[in-house]
Amino acid sequence: MRVRFDIKRYDPEKDEAPYFQNYEVELGETDRVLDGLNEIRWRQDGTLTFRRSCEHGICGSDAMRINGRNRLACKTLIREVGRRVRIEPLLGFPVVRDLVVDQQRFFQDYRSVLPFLVNDDPPPPRERLQSPEARRRFDDTTKCILCAACTTACPSAWGNDSFLGPAAIVQAHRFIFDTRDHATVERLARLAGRCGVWACRTAYNCTMACPREIQVTRAIAEVKRAALLGGP
Amino acid sequence: MLERTSFREGLRYRGGSSMWAWMLHRITGLGVLLFLSIHILETFTLSFGPDFYNNTMELYNTIFFRVAEIGLLFAVLYHAINGIRITIQDFWPALWRYERALVWAGFVILIFVFIPLAVWGLLPVFRGEL
Repeated sequence: MRVRFDIKRYDPEKDEAPYFQNYEVELGETDRVLDGLNEIRWRQDGTLTFRRSCEHGICGSDAMRINGRNRLACKTLIREVGRRVRIEPLLGFPVVRDLVVDQQRFFQDYRSVLPFLVNDDPPPPRERLQSPEARRRFDDTTKCILCAACTTACPSAWGNDSFLGPAAIVQAHRFIFDTRDHATVERLARLAGRCGVWACRTAYNCTMACPREIQVTRAIAEVKRAALLGGP
Repeated sequence: MLERTSFREGLRYRGGSSMWAWMLHRITGLGVLLFLSIHILETFTLSFGPDFYNNTMELYNTIFFRVAEIGLLFAVLYHAINGIRITIQDFWPALWRYERALVWAGFVILIFVFIPLAVWGLLPVFRGEL
């Protein structure tokens, strides 16, 4: 079927303001939105710019607003979006070109929550063992691919430019609830402030936007609790 | 962490029921704040003597202000009920699964409390006393 793509385009070096450009592509209903974008780039307009790497929902490169909602282009089928697809870059990032955005600050905030295991105990002879139950505690938040769909869907993040955002909190959750980790105090110091978990207003946009189906709002609420009680 | 996004762009995002509930929460919050400022101003008129104050208070006995008071009632009730809902969801994170149902439950409670009170408050208008 013929699918019409309305794509928001913007080249800061040439264009005065962003504008929409239309393309028509022949696609099947089990094709993905990314197939449509590739078709346009390869056969109709080589200047259309977007990110994609693995094309299988693992690398998190192609998060964008598809029909008004944040999704991965490689995980969204044409039959889910219909014959008219409106594509815009993620909200809240400076646009580098078309659908490519500058995620510098996103990764800065990600790094600020110490997204790695901190444990200064001498390493045991084999490995740091953990019970399956203790591992299950943070299983959900290990699935994050850092695509930024949650953070850029968050109304609090739109209005508060110093809010860490859901993705960084999810990453912090993954280590705060890990029994092998020892940096809970440092992480909570960063997260318990006004720019941390308390800027979350429980609007659930993050949970709905997550392409990995992480229960983001739930993870944030659990970190809120940890911040309140001083530990997991 | 992001650049500020304009209100218009935010409205264009297709969020779920909780996003709209949050937006209404903000609007009703501002509404209550507006009332509070009017209330402070109106009390302040007492310093110009009892007549001035009484005349100001007469304003409340007009249809416009009575309807606005019903709006205030809605704003306070919604803000309170929705606030309690958010608090419950924050304290029991596992409730995330029932997010939509809880938003609607809040609205049902709101309607049951609001409608009778609103009808009662508007009785003088219906009777033509204002």
